[in-house]
Amino acid sequence: MSIETAGLGTLIIVLAMSAVTLATRWGGVFVVAFVPISYRVKQFINAMSGSVLVALLAPMALEGDNGARLALLTTATTMLLLKKPLPAIAAGILAAALFRQF
Amino acid sequence: MSGTDTNLHEFNRQAVWAGFKQLVPISVFVIAFGAAFGVAATQSGLDDPLIVLMSTLVFAGASQFAALELWGPQVPIVTLIITVFAINARHLLMGATLYPWLRHLSPARRYGVMLVASDANWAMSMQAFSRGQPGVGLLLGGGLALWSFWVIGTGLGIYFGGAVQDPKRLGLDMVMGCFLLAMVVGGDKNLRMLFIWIIAAGASLLAWRYLPDNSHVVVGALAGGVVGAFWLEQNDEH
Repeated sequence: MSIETAGLGTLIIVLAMSAVTLATRWGGVFVVAFVPISYRVKQFINAMSGSVLVALLAPMALEGDNGARLALLTTATTMLLLKKPLPAIAAGILAAALFRQF
Repeated sequence: MSGTDTNLHEFNRQAVWAGFKQLVPISVFVIAFGAAFGVAATQSGLDDPLIVLMSTLVFAGASQFAALELWGPQVPIVTLIITVFAINARHLLMGATLYPWLRHLSPARRYGVMLVASDANWAMSMQAFSRGQPGVGLLLGGGLALWSFWVIGTGLGIYFGGAVQDPKRLGLDMVMGCFLLAMVVGGDKNLRMLFIWIIAAGASLLAWRYLPDNSHVVVGALAGGVVGAFWLEQNDEH
C-alpha cells in the first residue's frame, strides 16, 4: 500500500510516523507495568534496531556510484578511528564531493 | 532494586532547568545533525513546513533519515511504519528501564516525561538514578534541550539546503547514508554484532533483488533481530 506525496498525503505520513514513534516511547513504560520484558526480547529489539539501519544501507552501497561507496567507507573508517559521528559524517560527505569534482 | 522507594522520581522546575543546561553541550551537536536532516529532506523533495513538522512531532533522527530513503512520488506506508517502529523500538527498552522510578509519578507526568525520551537524556538520567540521584529532571529538561535544538537545526538545514544548486556534486546526497552508517558503527562492536550485521545485510540484499520493492528493510531488520534473539549476549563472559 502506498500513499501519494501530494496534498494531504504527506501530512498523513508524518502523523503516522509520529504515532508509531510515540507508541515506542510510551509502550515500554506501559507494558512493563504488566509483564517484565525478557532478556531474549531485549536482545531481539537491540539486534533489530541496528539491523534495520544495515538493511537500509546495504543496497545503497551496492547500487551507488564510486563516490557514494567512498563516502560510506570514509565515514566507517573515521568513525572507527575517532568514535565521533559528526566528523565521520563530514569526512564521508567531503570524500564524495572531492571524488565527484574530477 | 534499591533506591526505588525513595524520592528520586521527584522533580521541579529547577531540576528540569538544571537538566536542560546539562544537555546543552550535547545539544550543540544536535543542531548539526538537525541541519543535516534539513538539507537531506529538502533534497528528497519534502515541503519546508512538513520537514519542520516531522522533526517537531517525530523527534527521532535515524528514523526520519530512513523515511527520506523511502520517500518518492508514492511512499510505501506499511514499510515506512514498520521501518520507523524497528528503528525506534529501542525507546521501548528505555521506557522499561526507567519504569522503576517513573511508576511513582502520576500517569500524566509519567507519559508526559516520556514524550521527550531520547538516547542521550535517557542515558544521563539512568546514570543519575544508579548513583542514587534524582533523574527525572534530567530526562525532561535534557529532552527539551535535545528536542528544541533538533527543531532549530532542522530549520537551519532547510534554509541553507534550499540555496545549494547541485547537492550531488557537493556530496550532500550522502548525508543520510553517512549518518545512518555512523550510527551503526558507533554502536556495540563485537563478533556477535558483526554476525548480526552480515546476516541483516545479506537478507536485505536478497530481498532487494528478489522480493517486492522496499521489503528489504523489513526483511533485513527481522533477520538481524532473530539472530540476536538466538545468539544471546553473555552478560558475564569474562
